Amino acid sequence: MGIESPPSPAVQMRGITKRFPGVLANDHVDLEVYPGEVMALLGENGAGKSTLMNVLSGLYRPDEGEILIHGWPVHLHSPRDAIAHGIGMVHQHFMLVETLTVAENVILGLDTVGWVPRMEEVHRQIEALSEQYGLRVDPTAYIWQLSVGEQQRVEILKLLYRGADILILDEPTAVLTPQESADLSRTLRRMADEGKAVIFITHKLDEVMAFADRVTVLRAGKVVATLRTAETNKVELARLMVGREVLFRLEKRTCQPGEVALEVKDLQALNDKGLPALRGVSFQICAGEILGIAGVAGNGQRELAEVITGLRRATGGSVRVYGRDITNRSPREIIEAGISHIPGDRVGVGLVPNLPISDNLAMKAYRHPPLARGPLLDRSAMRDFARRLVEAFRIATPSPQTPARLLSGGNQQRVVLAREITASKGILVAVYPTRGLDVGATEAVRKALLEERDKGAAILLISEDLDELMQLSDRIAVLYEGQVMGVVVPEETTPEAIGLMMAGQRAEE
Amino acid sequence: MEDLITSILTITIRAGTSLLYATLGEIYTERSGVLNLGVEGTMMVGAATAFAVAYHSDNIWLGLLAALLVGGLMALIHAFLTISLRADQVVSGLAITLFGTGLASFMGQRLGPGGTTMVGLQGPAFQRIPLPVLGDLPVVGPSVFTQDVLTYFLYLLVPVLWFYLYKTRFGLHLRAVGENPQAADVMGVNVTTTRYAYTIFGGVLMGMAGAHLSLGYLKGWADNITGGRGWIAIALVIFAMWDPIRAVIGAVLFGGINALQFRMQAAGTTIPASFLNMTPYFFTILVLVMITWWEVVRKRVGAPAALGIPYVREEKR
Repeated sequence: MGIESPPSPAVQMRGITKRFPGVLANDHVDLEVYPGEVMALLGENGAGKSTLMNVLSGLYRPDEGEILIHGWPVHLHSPRDAIAHGIGMVHQHFMLVETLTVAENVILGLDTVGWVPRMEEVHRQIEALSEQYGLRVDPTAYIWQLSVGEQQRVEILKLLYRGADILILDEPTAVLTPQESADLSRTLRRMADEGKAVIFITHKLDEVMAFADRVTVLRAGKVVATLRTAETNKVELARLMVGREVLFRLEKRTCQPGEVALEVKDLQALNDKGLPALRGVSFQICAGEILGIAGVAGNGQRELAEVITGLRRATGGSVRVYGRDITNRSPREIIEAGISHIPGDRVGVGLVPNLPISDNLAMKAYRHPPLARGPLLDRSAMRDFARRLVEAFRIATPSPQTPARLLSGGNQQRVVLAREITASKGILVAVYPTRGLDVGATEAVRKALLEERDKGAAILLISEDLDELMQLSDRIAVLYEGQVMGVVVPEETTPEAIGLMMAGQRAEE
Repeated sequence: MEDLITSILTITIRAGTSLLYATLGEIYTERSGVLNLGVEGTMMVGAATAFAVAYHSDNIWLGLLAALLVGGLMALIHAFLTISLRADQVVSGLAITLFGTGLASFMGQRLGPGGTTMVGLQGPAFQRIPLPVLGDLPVVGPSVFTQDVLTYFLYLLVPVLWFYLYKTRFGLHLRAVGENPQAADVMGVNVTTTRYAYTIFGGVLMGMAGAHLSLGYLKGWADNITGGRGWIAIALVIFAMWDPIRAVIGAVLFGGINALQFRMQAAGTTIPASFLNMTPYFFTILVLVMITWWEVVRKRVGAPAALGIPYVREEKR
C-alpha cells in the first residue's frame, strides 16, 4: 500500500492559491494522493485545510494552480463537476435533507435514476454498498430518526453510490464516540483497500497516527511537510502543525474543594422537540473545582446548561446555588445569584455581533454603578471598563468601539470570557469554550478557567474534547441520553473507559 | 333533501375551485422555499385580465391564456426580488398584493368598452357541462360531474401534482430545495432555477384561480372580486400541511362554508350577512391556531425548513 506501488496519483494539486478578502487561505499548495491510501490533512483551525478541500470538491475556485485527476488536468466549477470526476466530500456540517429518507438523500440530484425512480431497487443497491463497506443504515429511515454517526454513514453512502473513488472527509470524528470512530476507521481502510483514495481533514494527532498511511501538514496556508505516519510521531507532527514546541500538559494545581457551590438534583427537562432531554441528572460542584461533562453532542449537554442558566424550563428536580433554590428563576435572577454563562453558541447567544466590543463587555455590568448612573448609562465609565478588560484579557482589537463580528473567533471568545468572569460571583457554566479556536486561543481560555478555579470558582465545563476534559477537570461526569452514566476522576481513568460510558454503558459501582 | 345536497355540493365545488388552484400554486411555491404573499393580488389581476381579454376578443381561451401569463409574470417579479435580489419575501409578497389590487381595480374601471367600467358586463364564460355517464349518477352526477372545464382539469391536476411531488426525481429536488437548499446545491440541484420555476408555476396557478372567478364562478367583473380568497388560500396551505391531497379537503371545507352562507342567506335567516361573511375568516383563525398547536407535537409535517430564507452559496472561509 502507499507511495511506491501505483505509479499515477489519483489527485495532484499543484500550486493551489486561494485568497479571501484580507486572507491568503492557500499559498501555492502542492498535494498528491494515491489510490489505495488513507491520507490525513493536518493543521490548526485556519490553516487552510477545509479551503483546500473545498477547492478539490468544486465548491471554491482556486485563484492559481491546477488540479490533475488520474493524470488529467480538470476544471472543477461545482460540486457536480467534482463528483463527475469521482471526487466527493463529506462536510463537517452534514448536507442532508432531514425530512427525506436515506434513499431519497442518496439519489438526490442524480439524473441516472429516471423520471420516476424505482425506490426498491435503490434500497437494494444501498444495502449492497452498506454491506460492502460496513456502513450499516436502514435505507427507508428518515434522516431525522438517525443518530449523528448514522447520518455520517449516509453521507459516505451518497458518495459511494455516485461511484466516487476520491473521498474527502472534513473532521469526520468530531461528532463520533470513540467506538464509532473505530468503526469509521475500519470503513476508511476498507475503501482504501478497494482502491479508492481517501483524504481526511483533522487537527487530532491521535487520529492521524491511527487512521492514515501518510500525512500532509498545513500551517498558515502552506504545506510544511508530507510524511509517512510510520516514520513520524505525535511530537514531531505537533511541532510541524503549530510551528513551535507544544506542551501537552497544562500546569494544574491539585484541587482544593470548598463547600458545595452548585447542586443539581434529579433535574429533568425537555428538548426543542418536546422529548425528554434530561432524565434525572444529579451532581454537586464545590467551590474551587471543575466538573467536566463528557458526552457525544446531543445527549442533553445543551439543555443542562440552559436549565442551569435559566434559558430553559426544568420539568422536575432542582438547581441550588449555595443552598438557595434557583430552579426556573429568570436568567436575570440567576445572574444575580452568581452564575455566569459562557454559551456554546458564541456568536448567536454570547455576543451581539453588530454592537461594539465595549457594549458587549458591559452587557452584564450595565445595571449597576459605576456603569449605570440612575436610569442612564455612563458612557465614559463604559469606555474605561472596556479598555481595562481589553487589556486584562488581551483582546486583539483595533479599538473597543469595533463591532464584535469583526473579531476572530479566539478574540470573540475572549470578549465573552472577560465579561462573564468579571460578572461571575463564584459559578461559571462554560459550554464548548474552546470549540473552533486555534491552539493559542485555546490555551488562553483553558488557563483562564484554571485561574478562576484556583481563585475559588465552581466551574461546570461542558466539552466534546475528551483531552480538554481530562486536562482541566477535577471530576468528569458522563452524560448519555440525559442521564449521568458515572462520575470519574481523570487521573484514575482512561479515554476508553469514558468512551464506553459515552456510548451508554454505566460505570461499574 | 337530495336537491339540497346536490345544490350545496355544486356550490361547494364551484367556490372551492379557485381556492384550490390558488392553494396548489402556493403549496408548490412554498415547497421550493419561497413564501409568496402576493396570492390575493395575483388572483385579482388574473381575474381582471381574463375577463378583459375574453370580453374584447370574444375568445374565452384567449382570456384564460392571458390570465396564466399575467399570473406567471407577477410571480416572476416576486421571484426576481426575493431570489435574485434576496429581498424580504414578506415585504415583496405584500407589495405584489397591494400593487395587484390597485392595478386590477384600475383595469376594472378602464377596460370596458370605450374606456369605461367592466362592472356589470356580460362576457363569455365557462359553462357547466355534465360528463358523459358519470353525469347521470344520482346526487354526484348533477354536482361533482356537472362542472366547467377548469374544475375538471383540477380533478386531474391534484393527483398529478401529488405524484410529481412525492414520486418523481423533480419532486424530490423541489422538496430538497425547500428543506435544505445547501444540501441540494452540493448534490448538483440548481437552487435558483428550481425556485424560479416553481414560483412562476405557482403564479400561473394563481392566475388560473383568478380566471375561474371572472370566467367561471362569478361570470363577470366586480370590484374586489377575490374578496380575500387569496388570503384564505395561504391559510389553506398551512391547513393542508403543504400536501396537494390535503389541500382538497381544505378547499372543500372552505368552499362549503361559502356555499352554506349562500343557502342561509337564501333561506332568509335573521343573522346579519356580515357574520356569515366572517365565517371563513373565523375558521381560518381557528385552523391556524389548531395547526400551530398540533405542530409543536408533529413538527415533522410542518413548513419547509428553508421557507422564507433566501439562499446564498457561502463563499467565505
